[in-house]
Formats: sequence, C-alpha cells, structure tokens
Amino acid sequence: MPLSGIQIYKLLPMTNCKECGFPTCLAFAMKLAAKQVELAACPYVSETSKAQLAESAAPPVRLVTLKSTSQEFATGNEVVLFRHEKTFYRRPGLFIRLRDDEPVEQLKAKAAQAEKYAVAYVGMDLKVDGLALESVSGNPAAFAAAVKAVRETCQRPLVLVSQDPAVLASGLDALDANERPLLCGANASNWEALANLAKARKSPLAVSAANLDALAELTEKIKGKGVEDLVLNPNGKSPSEALAHNTLIRRLAIKKNFRALGFPILAFTGGEKVDALDEAIAAAQGITKYAGIIIIDHFQPEVIYPLLVLRQNIYTDPQKPIQVNPGLYDINSPGPESPVLVTTNFSITYFSVANEVEGSGAKAWLLVVDAEGMSVLTAWAAGKFDAERIGKSLKTFKVDEKVTRKRLVLPGHVAVLSGEVEETCPGWEIRVGPREAVDIPAFMKNVL
Amino acid sequence: MPIEFPKDKFPGSVRTVTLGATAASGGSRAFTVTVGGEKNLPFLHFESTPPHPAVLAVEIKDSRPGDWSPMLMAAWGEAANDPVSWAKAVEALGVRLLVLALSPVDEAGKPATPAKAVQTVKSILAATGMPLVVFGPGQADLDNELLVAISEASKGERLALGICEDSNYRTIVATAMANGHVVCARTPMDVNLSKQLNILISDMGMGSDSILMDPSTAAVGYGIEYGYSVMERLRLAALQGDAMTQAPIIVTPGFEAWKTKEAKVGGPESGVPAAWGDWAGRAVAWETLTAVSLLEAGADILVVRHPETVRRVQQTIDALMTVPSLV
Repeated sequence: MPLSGIQIYKLLPMTNCKECGFPTCLAFAMKLAAKQVELAACPYVSETSKAQLAESAAPPVRLVTLKSTSQEFATGNEVVLFRHEKTFYRRPGLFIRLRDDEPVEQLKAKAAQAEKYAVAYVGMDLKVDGLALESVSGNPAAFAAAVKAVRETCQRPLVLVSQDPAVLASGLDALDANERPLLCGANASNWEALANLAKARKSPLAVSAANLDALAELTEKIKGKGVEDLVLNPNGKSPSEALAHNTLIRRLAIKKNFRALGFPILAFTGGEKVDALDEAIAAAQGITKYAGIIIIDHFQPEVIYPLLVLRQNIYTDPQKPIQVNPGLYDINSPGPESPVLVTTNFSITYFSVANEVEGSGAKAWLLVVDAEGMSVLTAWAAGKFDAERIGKSLKTFKVDEKVTRKRLVLPGHVAVLSGEVEETCPGWEIRVGPREAVDIPAFMKNVL
Repeated sequence: MPIEFPKDKFPGSVRTVTLGATAASGGSRAFTVTVGGEKNLPFLHFESTPPHPAVLAVEIKDSRPGDWSPMLMAAWGEAANDPVSWAKAVEALGVRLLVLALSPVDEAGKPATPAKAVQTVKSILAATGMPLVVFGPGQADLDNELLVAISEASKGERLALGICEDSNYRTIVATAMANGHVVCARTPMDVNLSKQLNILISDMGMGSDSILMDPSTAAVGYGIEYGYSVMERLRLAALQGDAMTQAPIIVTPGFEAWKTKEAKVGGPESGVPAAWGDWAGRAVAWETLTAVSLLEAGADILVVRHPETVRRVQQTIDALMTVPSLV
C-alpha cells in the first residue's frame, strides 16, 4: 500500500534543510506521496527509511530521459488514467524513423527536416522530439556511419533500433559519450547482452516480448542486472491489441502499483502498406491512450501538424485552461477605419473568433478582454465580462490610437450590455455582432 | 506467473437506441442501425466486446452548400448539387447512416419552408435505404417549424431529429414522441448540462430508447480536449449507473473540423505556413484525427463529411472491433 504524506514525513530526517528544493520535509513528503518527485532528491534520508520508502516513493510510471548533448526528452511520471482526474503530465515523444540503408545525403536531409520543423500553435512552436535510427543492414560500421550522418544535421535525442548488441554498441560509439539514446531493443533472446550494454552506457533500454506476462518477467530480469530506465514495447499487432496493452499497462501501474510494468510505453506506428494517415490514426490513439514515445515513419507535415496539436490538447492541464493574453490583436492587416470586435480571453473563444474573422478575409481589430479565461456567456454570468472591463481594456490597450472610426462590436450573447457600454465608452458606436463565431464572416460582409 | 488483468466491472451500461424502421415495423428503411449497449470503456475486449460498433454517419445539405471547403465540394463533385444524388453517393460508399442538415434559406436566398423540407426528406427516403438523421438550421423557431412538419410527414420512419437544445427541446421532443422518432439532445460541453437536458426530455415521457446525446465537441486544436474529457466523464458516469448519462453519444467531428482554417484554407496563394503541409491531406487528416480521438473517448455515432474520412475511420472502427489475442 502506498504511504500517506504524513507516514512518509515520519521517515524523513525532519530537518527542513531545503536541499531537496522544497521548503520543508513535510512539503517534500506530500510531493512524494503524490509521486511527483523522487526520494533521491533528499541527501540525508537513512538507509532503513530508504528501503521502507522505496516502494511508496517511486512514481508508478518511471520517468525515463533520453539525452543528446544539447537536448533532453523525458517521458513517464504519469499518475492518472483519465486526464480529467488530474492531468497527463508528459507529452508523448514523436520520433521520426530513419533507416541505415538510406543514402547518407538522404539521411542528412531527412534529419535536417526533423530538426528544423516547427509549427506555430496558440503562441507556441510545436516540434518533433527526435529521431529513431534503425539498423536494417545489420552492419555495425554502416550503422555508425548513419548515426554520424544524422548527427551532422540534427541534434535531437535518438532512439537506436537494433536487436544486435554489436550494432548498438557501434552506434553508441559514434555518439558523444554524454548522449543517452534509447536502445531498442531487448527481447527474450538478447536481453542479457543489451542489459549489459545499457548499464555500461547508462542508456535507457526498450524491451519487447510476446505478451504482457513475458514482458513483465523480462523487465524484472533486466532490473536484476541493474538497469532501471526501461521503456515497454508491447508490440501490438492491431489497434485493438495496442489499446488493450496500453490500458492494461497503465492500469497495472497506477491502480496496482505493479512495478514490473511501471514504465513508459513505446509504439511504432509504421510498417508495410501503412501510409501517412494510417500512421497518424495509430499515433492519435497512442496520444489519447497512454503512449510515451511514438515512432513514426512518414514525416509529412500535413499529418505531423495535427498530431502535434492533438498531443498539445490532450496534455493540457484541465485545471488550467489555456488562455490567451488580453490585448488588441490585428487580423488581416486592419486600418483606422476597421471595426473593433470584442471577445474574451478563453482560448476556445479567442481562437473561434480569430479564426472566423481571419477566414472571412475582412480586416478587423480584435479586442481580447481579460475575463479570467472564461467564455463570453460564462464570464458575463460570473460578472467577469461587463461594460467596465470592456471600457478598461479599450483604455489599457490604447485602442483609440489605432482607429479613427470608433466602432465596437459586442458578441451577440451579451447584447444586453450595449447600453452600459455606450455610457462607459463615450464616442464609440456600439454594434451587436452574432452570437456564434461561425456567423461572423456573414456579419462582417453584410452588416459592417 | 501470469498477470491478473485489472478489469473494470461496472453496474451500469449505455442504453441501446435503434434508428430507422423497416417496412416490417412501419417504416421504409432497407435496414436499421443500432448503437449503444456498451458495458465498459471503448473497445476493451478483455472485459467485454461492445455489442454494437460505433457508426459513421455522413452529413449532407439540402442544397449545394456555398460555404463548404472546396476540398469537400471537389470530393463530392456534381452529386452535391442535389440532396437526392448526394444521398445516393453517400449510400454508394457503404455508409449506413445519413445526416441531412437543413439550411435556413434555399439557393435563391428565400427562407426555408416546411413544404420544401418535407419534400426533400421524402425524396431522400424514397431514393435510399439508410436510416436518416435530420438537423434543423439551428434557429429555434425555424427548427421547430421544419422539424415538426418532417416528423409528421415521416411518421414511423424512426428518424433522429435535432438539434434539441435547452431552448427548444419541448416542441421537437413532443413531435418525436407522437410520430415514433428519436431526438438528438445537444448541450455545450458540460457534464451537468447534458444530464439536465436528458432529465428534462425524460420528464416529458420520452423513452430512454429514443434519446441520443451530443455533448458538443470541437476539432483538434479548437478545444477537442474539453469535449473529449466531457465524453469520458459522461461515459464513466453512465457505466457507474447514472441513468441520465446513459444515452449513446453522437458527435459532429465533420462539422467541427471543416470549419477550421486548417481544413478550409490552403494552396500556394493562401499564405498558410509551409509547416501545415499539403492542403488536401491536412484537411482530411484534421477531420479523421478529430473523429478517431472522439471514437477513443466513447462516441457511438460520428458525423463526418469527406469520403476519405469515411474510409479511414470505418477502417479504424473495424480494426478496433476486432478481438485481439493477448496471450
């Protein structure tokens, strides 16, 4: 049974030395109980306490980190089965698979594409996390050459894919000694050699087996060799199999504290006769259902973009909805004659409105009022979106310096505010827009 | 030692709803479509296999839409010029459920009339064998006017009528009850609002075998996480035995995805970032990935728009319905 924060606290030094990064031992104990930190952060805990706490203190899904010389990717430390229960913490990695039998120039070009790719979403630049380089040749020298080639153009963390310890060792030798690529991977026949290699190079190791029983047995054996940073490759043959594997692994880890499968999950989405969209479908399932690292064959922006966005969405903390910054946004290069549309800073509201205005092609200013991240109706009902706040935003963001024709368009849902806004904002012509964002283009065209 | 799989055993289950009626039961459909009945979370065969697969429905309009993405219009071609030929093109894809979305005005800009709407529904029913869902234009008064006429003229066909919202459910529920149809109850992304509307509709005497719920959703990038979690919470509540959350879930990923800029806009002159990739591929991916994500969250009916999405998502449903071997 997991220990409570108070039970854990009694096993700690109770000196409040702060070296763990928390103000008190009790605060640290609470974080341990929530499985959000590792006991290793406490330098003074006694060996006896350590043993007692080990079971309780470790997160149910181990945090595994892949490193290049300049970047890290970490996966694991998840604590729930459903995002609404708390949140999903670590976005699953998207790694692009390359093969060592591709011409060197092609490898370099593909690696460079992965390195450079970035797509803007909600004010963020979304990127892929790394490359998975697979040995198809089975030749250690060819693998090392391919590793060197991709490292010329891409500095992201790597997954090295081969079952042959000599090939993986050769790949590791081609990298900086400080790199910690994921070695993929160990199976029933090669696990000993790969465990030794992973231990010697301090690298995480992916493990696959015929079924979950065999997988759990294998991880225990490998842990016995002193390798703790493992990733599970349950190797599902179909979407329903992958869903069952991932669900069972996550349930066993979270609900049963089952250590043998308490690791992040790896998924390969490619294969023969699998095109970019099929892969994206498999990857979307991985994103929603518990994958920690997703290895994709097709690096095509038209599917990578929605996948990166979906990943961002599913891993958004439900307790902290993303808000946009209040302010005056320009859409389609507006001028002093363009209308000023008002909305709130709830992300969905903002993006629905901005998207529709942008899509309409009409020039407009969008005044985003700080409504504490609520939608128009919710904010209005809660008193967070009223004439006073709208008037204040007009002043704060100096809207009257941008426009000569002072037209302010309120969302249709708050038509009731127009009288008050007229009083609060003298000199402005108040108009009432549509209730739904989808009707904005017609409104802009026909009414404004 | 074999691992003991942690299996959920829930006291409740999702209600079963059948759409469409064949001649034997007073309608004219070639077949019926039944959804719901799940006793566990989606597609977890190691607990139990869902009794009915999720169903893909395709949305068409009553006249050629002027504001749909050119990608969609190109995919349907001339078939979309007329609702009957469009419906036939949908049926030819093997689709088992049709959604007719009525417009507030006709092509000439004249307001929609009950007579015209009835005629459209009648001719689609005559030309195809699929069960039919009819969505009003989304303006409470007009919805009531059109849907009541359609409901009466199609008595016994077991249509699904929508959209019932907080503001207009009474009229639609009353006519559905009087004429043997099903209703789609939509609420804005909130578990309690979904529950509340189901309570109001049930209080009117509507049977639980005749209510679908649409908890509202959004496309990838436009708030899908809200709808996704509301669906997961509704489904968990249903399985835990809360009767007012046990309606099968209908969602409209097609409508949501195709109003995004990602789907609507593209090509060399559009100025969209190169990182968005090929327009045609992106547009279909947007709809497909929105639909697949909602499928994983527990959707029973997914309303989509593009033929390629139909193919991809149907493949995914088929694959997820295949019982895997876990030994």
